[in-house]
Order: sequence, then C-alpha cells, then structure tokens
Amino acid sequence: MRRATAGLALLAALLAVLPAFARGYALSVATLILYFAYTGQAWNVMMGFAGQLSLGHSLYVGVGAYAAGALFFHYGIGPWAGLWVAILLCVALGLLVGFLAFRFGISGVYFALLTIAFAEFTRIGFDHLDWIGGPAGMFLRVAQRDTWDLANFRGPPVMYYYAMLFLTAGAFALCSFLLKSKAGYYWLAIRENEEAAQALGINTFAWKMLAVAVSSAMTAVAGVFFAFYYNNLFPEQIFHISRSIEIILGPIIGGIGTLFGPILGAAVLTLLSDGITELLGALGWELPGIKQVFYGIVLLIVIVFLPHGIWPGLARKLRLDR
Amino acid sequence: MTWDLVANVAIAGVLTGLVYGLMALGLSVIFGVVRVVNFAHGEMMTIAMYATVALFAAWRIDPFLAVVPVAAAFFVFGYLLQARLINPFVTRPEHSQFILLLAVAIIITNALMVSFGPDARNVQVDYQLESYAIGPILFDKARLYAAGMALAASAALFAFFRFSLTGKAIRACADNYLGAKVVGLDVKRYYALTFGLGAACVAVAGCMMILLVDVTPILGPAYTLLAFVIVIVGGLGSMGGALLGGVLIGLSEALAGLFIQPSAKSMISFGLLILVLLFRPQGLLGKKA
Amino acid sequence: MALLEVHGVSKSFRGLRAVHEASFDIPEGSINALIGPNGAGKTTIFNMIAGVYAPDGGTIHFQGKAIHGLRPDQVCVAGIGRTFQIVKPFAGLSVLDNVVVGALLRERSARAARRISLDILEKLHLGPKRDLPASSLTLPDRKRLEVARALATRPKLLLLDEAMAGLRPTECDQMIEVFRRLNVAEGLTILLIEHVMRAVMALAQHIGVLRHGEVIARGKPEEIVRDPAVLECYLGEETEV
Repeated sequence: MRRATAGLALLAALLAVLPAFARGYALSVATLILYFAYTGQAWNVMMGFAGQLSLGHSLYVGVGAYAAGALFFHYGIGPWAGLWVAILLCVALGLLVGFLAFRFGISGVYFALLTIAFAEFTRIGFDHLDWIGGPAGMFLRVAQRDTWDLANFRGPPVMYYYAMLFLTAGAFALCSFLLKSKAGYYWLAIRENEEAAQALGINTFAWKMLAVAVSSAMTAVAGVFFAFYYNNLFPEQIFHISRSIEIILGPIIGGIGTLFGPILGAAVLTLLSDGITELLGALGWELPGIKQVFYGIVLLIVIVFLPHGIWPGLARKLRLDR
Repeated sequence: MTWDLVANVAIAGVLTGLVYGLMALGLSVIFGVVRVVNFAHGEMMTIAMYATVALFAAWRIDPFLAVVPVAAAFFVFGYLLQARLINPFVTRPEHSQFILLLAVAIIITNALMVSFGPDARNVQVDYQLESYAIGPILFDKARLYAAGMALAASAALFAFFRFSLTGKAIRACADNYLGAKVVGLDVKRYYALTFGLGAACVAVAGCMMILLVDVTPILGPAYTLLAFVIVIVGGLGSMGGALLGGVLIGLSEALAGLFIQPSAKSMISFGLLILVLLFRPQGLLGKKA
Repeated sequence: MALLEVHGVSKSFRGLRAVHEASFDIPEGSINALIGPNGAGKTTIFNMIAGVYAPDGGTIHFQGKAIHGLRPDQVCVAGIGRTFQIVKPFAGLSVLDNVVVGALLRERSARAARRISLDILEKLHLGPKRDLPASSLTLPDRKRLEVARALATRPKLLLLDEAMAGLRPTECDQMIEVFRRLNVAEGLTILLIEHVMRAVMALAQHIGVLRHGEVIARGKPEEIVRDPAVLECYLGEETEV
C-alpha cells in the first residue's frame, strides 16, 4: 500500500495545482470528473461495500438538489443550512427505501428495480409539483462570479472545482476509514454472504441500513453542489434513470468495491466521452447519436474483457497493491 | 364525463395492454429461464417498430405481414446475442449483466438515432382510422387486431412451452440447471433459443405497437421500464402473469390519463410496482421462491 | 443446569412434520452428537437452535435464557457459534479477514480482532494461508475456515453441521484432534451433526438419535451402538451398504 499512498499524494498535489494550468472548458471537465468520482464513491458504499445494487441514486441527487435549491429560491436560505436539510431528507428517504426493502426481504434484481421505481415515482411527482416549478424547472439567481463567496457558495468556476476536489478527497478518506473499521468488514461480509454474516452475530438489517444512510447522505451533498453549480433544476433531467446510470458506470468500470475504482472510472469515462467527441469532430462524423454508439461499444468491450474493472489489474501492474 | 367515454378509454387501455403484455412476456420468459434481466428490452422493441416502419416505407408491407420477417430476424438476433455475448455472463454478478445489456441498449438507441434521426415515425394504413361500434362502445380496428395478434402469439408461445419437446427441455433448464446438464441437455443452446423466442415476442409486439403509437429512438428506456413494471406486477417468470400485468398497466395508464393527467400515468404504474414489490414480491401470478 | 436445554420442540414445513417434540440437554463442557438417517430432522433441529427457523412449539434455553425465536445474529451474540454444512466462505475476502469478521463481534478494534484471528488460524493450521483469498482454498481448508470463523465469535457452544463430510480419513482425524483440544483446553461445548460415524465415535460423549423427527435414543456411544432401535433404524442401514 506504500506505493499507492505515494501515488495518491502525487495525484492530490497534481489536482491541487491543476487550476493553474486548466481554465474554462478543461476546468469544467475536471470538475465533472470529480463530481462523478464523488457520487461514484457514494454509490460504492452501498453496492461495492454492502452489496446492495441501487439503480436509483438520482433520487438522492435530485432530492438533495431540490431541497437546498428550494430553500434558497423561496426563502433565501443559504446552501450551508440547506445542506443539512438535504442530508436529513435524503437519509430519511434512503432509510425508508431500505427499511421497506430489507424488512420485506427484497434483494438483488428486485431491490434494484425498487430503487428505480422510487426514483421514477419521485421524478414524475416533482414534475407535477408546482412549488418547485414542475417540468418548467427551477432557476436559482446567479450572482457575481469573480470573487469567492463561500457563505452563499457563489464564485468563479475554480471555487466549484476546489469544492468538488475537497468533497472527493473527503469521500475517499471517509471510505478508506470505513473500509478498515468494523463497518467495512461487516459490509463486505454481508456482500459476500449474508447468511454467513448473520451467523457470525452481524445484525445484517442494521448494517445494511447504515450503508444506505451513509450513501444517501453523501449523495445528497452532491445534489446540493449540483443545484448551486448549475443553478437550474428540471425533474426530467435530475431524477432521470440515465443520471443514476452515469453515477454507477464509473465505479463499475473503474473497479467495484475498490477505493480508487470510482475515481479512475470517472476519469476514464468522462475523458473517453470527450475524446470520442473530439475524434468524431476531427473526422467530420457529426451525426446525432454516433458518439454514444462508440461509447456503448467501448463500455461493452470493457465489461466483457475486464469483469472486475480497470483498477484491480492496473494496481497489480503498477505494484500499487503492495 | 360520460360512462361511454370511460368504457371506451378502458377498452382501448385493455387492448393496448395486451400488446404491452406480449412485450413483457418476452422479458419474463428470458428472465425465467436464463435468469438475466434484459435491460435492453425496450430498445429491442424500438428496433422492431423501426423495422416495421422501414418495410412499410419501402414496399408498403402491412405490419401484420411484417410480423413474419421481423420476428424471424429477431429470433436470429436474440439467439446470437445470447450465444455470443450473454452466455458468458450468466454466472457473473447482476451488476455486470446490467452494464452489458445497458451497453447493448445504448448502442441500439443511438444506432437508431444515426439511421433514422430523432423525428417520430409511424405507418399509416386504412384500418387505423376505422372502428367497430357496438352501441356507444367503439373498438378501434387497429387496436383490436393488434390485441388479437398479441394473444395469438402468446398462445403459440404458451403451447410451445407446454407441448413441444424443446419447450419442455427449456423448462427443465429453468427449473434445474444442474439437473438439466446432468441429463445431457445443452443448456447454453437452450438459453440462446429462449432469448431468441423472447426477442421474437418483442418483435411481434413492436410490429403491433407501431400501429398504435409513433416511434422515436429515445422511446427505448421507457419501454424497458414499462416491461419491468409489468413483469414484476404479474410475476417475473410467469407467462400468464405477464399478460395480466400488461392488461392491468394498460388499463391503469389509460384511466390515469383520463382522470388525472396523461403525464402522470406512469406514476400510477410505478406506485403499483412499489406496492407489489413490497407486499407480493413474487408478483400477482408468480410462485413463491 | 445444562448449558443448552431443548424441550419439546416441533417444526413442520407445509404440513410435513420435520421435528416432533424433540428434547435433549447439553451439559456444559461436553461433546455431543446428533445422528440419524437422512431426513430425520437433524438439520432442522440445528437450524432451530441457530435461529434460522423459529420452532412451532417447545422451548430452547441457553444458559437459562430462552433463545427460541431469536434471529441467527442474536443467537450468536448469546454465545452459540455455528458452521454450515455447505460451506459459505466470504469468497472475495482473505482467509484472515474472514476470521476477523467473526472476531469483531467481541472486539472493538480491528487490530485486536486481527491478533485473535491469527491465533485461531494457527490452531486450525491455516496460518500460512492467511493472506490467500478464501475462494482459493480447498474443501478441507474451507471446512476449517468455517470453524475458525465461528470460533472467532468466542462461543460457549459450537454447533458443527457435518464438519467432517467430504474429508479424507487423515484430514478427519486432524479435525477430531482440533475439536478435542478445544474441548479440553478451553472448555468449549460442542454439538455436532455428523454422518461420519468414525468422528462421532471418536469425539462424542453423548449421542442423541433422531428418527422421523423424534429422539428415539439418548446415551453414551457404547450404549447407543447396542440399542436395538438404533441398530434397526440407523446403523443397520449403514451395515447393509
């Protein structure tokens, strides 16, 4: 692990000085990568650690974003107070979904479909909720953008970059701590074999609920970031199942259940998507959809040939696993 | 609001629901045997719809005739998909299977986008505008025929599994993988056959559906979700359940559109899905695991 | 007072009687075996003690406290460890981590749990394999890992579900030796369900015989082998083979 720690320090240093070199578009791509690394890490707690496949994490992004956004929009309450409301709401929602699923013994594919159902149900519900603007969306006032106004989380793009970097680093630290603690051992045990875990005295229901709570709380924070970064929210976009899929692709491609997987996966996928756009642009193939066809093909190739994702093999090659 | 209107809407919902049911039947059969959830199911449905559009545009082939070549092509497509791509994944974890089929879905949706563009397409035949009237109740001809075709295809599939030797062998593979292997069945080949049959169901459903709605490339995910809702409500792996679920969802969508708002109709479906998952996770007609 | 008191427990599955009013005691510090032909209800009794099923009727007391109807994890917390007949290792984790999961039940820190786990692995001759993934172990090693994991929860009573099945005679003898030492050195009480009579005869001080869900005989091994009812239903069947 020593080599990995050194590599991590190097990566963190590079990311910290990145804004000195990258501006505008490049910085927004970097922010996006960190956003997916962070949400991927959050999802990974539930699936990669505790083995509960959620395909509805857009629920927590959306509710978190709308909670903080609506408080700001209607009452002028700032993002820091809104953050706690968002977290509380999302944890409550997550625990509700978890309670219903785990009490009624729903797991695997059925659990995944239940999470989709809750996200879709909420999406359509929000579409008919006039208080947050319904399908027409909700728009937060965009103030001056040159100076850092941390209290209202308003500032230039570089502030959002550092906020996301801070969150991603924090999530990494939290997950690596959790993984080494009792919770981590218990989650992995539940993931590997729930019956055996229970026979070793693990209250599997309670520990799964904890995983859902941690994951939904982390995702809620991403939602608040989303609201104040993009400043416009549409149920159709934020709750859509393709948002959930974007969140989970990173960790799965990067290496599910690993700490570096979500980060690596987010970088690879975002850069891949951008790279394909550039390449096709250079070739002059600019039909709508053609980019996604290539994206799908690459995804297919990765999942067929790298069943455990990119990270485990790469770590062995670079000797980062020792 | 008059009772005639409600009855007419309800009947249209039930008839459309039978086509939904046939689509979901494909998903249910595939899951019941192969134990893989086909996350590209709705996308396959849109291919079938476009294929029907293309055949109609090129040679004026009626959708009811297009059923034959489209279903045959889909059978081969499904067989190859399972044999070449999915079979190695049957022992992999669910999230791996999910990404695999998601990739297939992304490719399909966007290949359709590249080939046909984002605009809505449809077919126009005379009988779409005609209807039979029994008193104040109207039966759209196209909808009635489509439902009839869906029932016929379902019955054929049902008979195949019940009476043919191959159908029995496939059921054996579904009941007991190891046992089927021990008695010398080529399980992987039967899996491919099953996926082919499931794809053929979708093909027939797609040929019919294009008579009722316009198609766009991005319709795929919505149909995938719709198929999930239907099979969970009816019972994943139960053939009768898929048809019943289709009818229920078709009916609830139609009535929700009438009484609440058309845009809220799938909220009712997802609400139903949540209730069924919680209180009867095996589905209305499913057997307890 | 016996460590475990099973009193009149019954269990039916869809009207099929699996266990009918079975009663027996397990004294503290003893090694006990439950034997009987296939389908006699051994595993059902075992699972009722372990909390997998709640009995339809009857009581199970452990250290004087009722445990029938508790969940498996609560039974384990109470001080009963178990192994599975079909081994269930945490395949993706290392051998050591498998045991650490068990040890964390009584240990606060992962470090203390690791220390204890290493000791237990030594006792079960799995020390050199501690860093291998559990999925790479052979069947005998997996069986040992099951035992190591259960021991790590520091049980007073260890339930062994066919821990010897599938082992070669020498491997079986090794396991017998391990259990005997745990019993003598640490006062561990053991209840085993076993088909391998060699192990039962070598280990058990008390044997209960089940048939059609009822306990038809209880006693010391030498009494059991002479009991005509037992010979007829169980051992007779064995000698015919």
